[in-house]
Amino acid sequence: MSMDLIISALVTTIGITTPILLAATGELVVEKSGVLNLGVEGMMLVGAVTGFAVAFTTFNPWLGILAAAAAGAASALVFGVLVLTFGANQVATGLALAIFGIGLSTLIGAGFVGMIVPPFTSIFPEELARDPFWRLIFGHSPIVYLALIMVMVVAWFLKSTRWGLVLRAVGENDLSAHSIGYSVIGIRYAAIAFGGAMAGIAGSYFSLVITPMWAEQMTAGRGWIALALVVFASWKPGRLLTGAYFFGVLMTLELYAKASGFSFLPSQFWASMPYLMAVLVLALISARERTGSEAPACLGKPFMPGE
Amino acid sequence: MTPKNNEGAAAGVARLELKGITKQFPGVLANDHVSLKVMPGEIHALLGENGAGKSTLVKMIYGIMQPDAGSFTWNGAPCVMSNPKAARKLGIGMVFQHFSLFEAMTVLENIALGLDAAIPQRELEAEILRVLDSYGLKLDPQRIVSTLSVGERQRIEIVRALLLKPKLLIMDEPTSVLTPQEAEQLFETLRKLAADGCSILYISHKLHEIVALCETATILRGGKMVATCDPRQMTSRAMAELMIGANLKEVSKAPSRSFGAAKFTVADLSLAKLGDFGVALRHISFTVRAGEIFGIAGVAGNGQNELLDALSGERTSTSAETISLQGKAIGKLHPSQRRLAGLCAVPEERNGHAAVSEFSLTDNAVLTARQSQNLTSNGLVNSGKATSFAAQVIQSFAVKARGPSSTAGSLSGGNLQKFIMGREILQAPGVLIVSQPTWGVDAGAATAIRQAIVDLAAKGSAIVVISQDLDELLGLCDTLAVINLGQLSKVMKVGEVSIEEIGLLMGGVHGDPAATVHMTEAMHAHTV
Repeated sequence: MSMDLIISALVTTIGITTPILLAATGELVVEKSGVLNLGVEGMMLVGAVTGFAVAFTTFNPWLGILAAAAAGAASALVFGVLVLTFGANQVATGLALAIFGIGLSTLIGAGFVGMIVPPFTSIFPEELARDPFWRLIFGHSPIVYLALIMVMVVAWFLKSTRWGLVLRAVGENDLSAHSIGYSVIGIRYAAIAFGGAMAGIAGSYFSLVITPMWAEQMTAGRGWIALALVVFASWKPGRLLTGAYFFGVLMTLELYAKASGFSFLPSQFWASMPYLMAVLVLALISARERTGSEAPACLGKPFMPGE
Repeated sequence: MTPKNNEGAAAGVARLELKGITKQFPGVLANDHVSLKVMPGEIHALLGENGAGKSTLVKMIYGIMQPDAGSFTWNGAPCVMSNPKAARKLGIGMVFQHFSLFEAMTVLENIALGLDAAIPQRELEAEILRVLDSYGLKLDPQRIVSTLSVGERQRIEIVRALLLKPKLLIMDEPTSVLTPQEAEQLFETLRKLAADGCSILYISHKLHEIVALCETATILRGGKMVATCDPRQMTSRAMAELMIGANLKEVSKAPSRSFGAAKFTVADLSLAKLGDFGVALRHISFTVRAGEIFGIAGVAGNGQNELLDALSGERTSTSAETISLQGKAIGKLHPSQRRLAGLCAVPEERNGHAAVSEFSLTDNAVLTARQSQNLTSNGLVNSGKATSFAAQVIQSFAVKARGPSSTAGSLSGGNLQKFIMGREILQAPGVLIVSQPTWGVDAGAATAIRQAIVDLAAKGSAIVVISQDLDELLGLCDTLAVINLGQLSKVMKVGEVSIEEIGLLMGGVHGDPAATVHMTEAMHAHTV
């Protein structure tokens, strides 16, 4: 019984962690290129509602994911045009994108409230997931595996590929990268689009997997946690993975504490735990790394070539 | 760098020829029909004051900007430098004045970024070591750039350019950050490159270097080409006059100067380093008498900024007695309190440290002169008084600005520096500390600034000048010491000390190069 409980808690943890991990992986790439896109929450919601709408109309959740990625990337590109082409303030534009995404998704989703979409079929033979222990490995939605693969791909891309090196260079010193002859704006557009696509997929995980239905603001602030997670991870993919699971465990504890009557503390306390821990850990990290910040040196600064 | 690179040399065809290059910026004609020829294997100087259009011109040659009119010819064939990649493809390499390096990355990664072809890391490293070896340069490809000295950083840029086997290498003010010995080593490398057939376009305002190194010089003034000459046949003075288009005024300084009593004393000042890349100050002591100009030489990053912060009060000392002004211990006072006591300081960085670039000149004047000039009362800024003080600075120091309401950022570097110096000097401080007073300032403005320093000293102020420009210190100062790794050398009298001696002190451990290398490595090992 207790073994079952542990396994089901772990499955929940993995499920809860996946969207944060996806969105944070995308945002990590964006921030590594020197752009701060605070609109993750908005892009997730746009992805969630678009994914749901397409999966509902086509009866194909795979098309839903694709559409969610495209919608996330499209909304990110709106942000990209404003901050890269027109040089708008990144913080203000990112916040606007977050609010815009909430509004737009509510509008689009109004007609889909209460509908249900078909679930994903497992990508592994069903026999594999029958045993509870094996279920831990083989019993998840394909998006879960996608998230894990993407973290590794991004880690490899940033560390070992030439374009990863260029992307880091653009985030580290945009003027130098420009003077060497790299297209700073082009690379940042690509990074922003990637970040948007990842946020879109992360959003669709809520509407296609966690609860296969649409509800307003169903991402429930996880986009903000993804943003904090990137800082928390010091812009390192390895730490991002660990950090995402750390938050995932805290959020699962909240659910189980509420459900099991293990609530000698008010449930609000458990609900606030991830956020409190985020603040605490960030404070600890910044106290330890007082100097030599790990942040990309050009993060959030507009690129202004010329004289 | 093989004879193959000398295509066209026999026929007398120029490696690069510019014809009528013109570039217009809003309000400024940066280049006005500039034409010049660089022959294969030639070291060609491009001379001019700041704002003469040298940087714009080389940016167009390197494809960073496009000319509005005019054409380029490469080895006799017309060509367009549409971007740096195209320029590199032709065989043009460039070493920038402000290094385009990525601080948080390794030397190897930095070099890889500058190459258009993707080369596997291991092969690239071997290639780098080969280039380093063949030009006798020292550099570790695995080091993180932020831990390197300025000279080492420049070597990265040079290696990056050399890996492409350039046929034309553009060097933008390369020695401004080097010790005389490092500069001489650089010249050796350049001469060797030229002997191998590589053309070099050498940009500098240091005339003695150009005389020592270059065969041809093109002089720009106000965007126009004013002369092409052989620097070996001309005096530095004549070239300087061509550059500024007027007779060069020299700083006039009374030949025999007498000094008053000790006015500013630093006694055993030590300060821990801030951050991983800071420099700790160790047991710094010196005395400046009234009327004396005391110079502090040294290669950038040896504690000059830390020293300025400690003297100005941005970082206070643990003991008040370490710094004293006319017998009053001020080591624990903050900048405003020190300013009240009569100590003014001008930091190296003009924009963002000495002045707020978005603020008007009036507001910038209020920031440091509010107490001594009574520009505020009861917490309110007296704007009439502040404006007239700013106007007075502009007028007495011939600052080219529209007026006191211009923003600091709208002024050219030289004019802003004149304004900042004027702002402090008009407060008639008892002690003036200046860092890099003429950094990036054109010859005319530099002379004006140096003259103002001399005049202030003549009125009995004690002055400390921190500079990397040895010529400046030797021309300006009465006494001199060298700062190296946060330690100050013995104080020497200018006129009794040779450039070589100072150069060795700048390079490290009192004239012992081996010990210097050892010590530098130990420092790096510590910071990594």
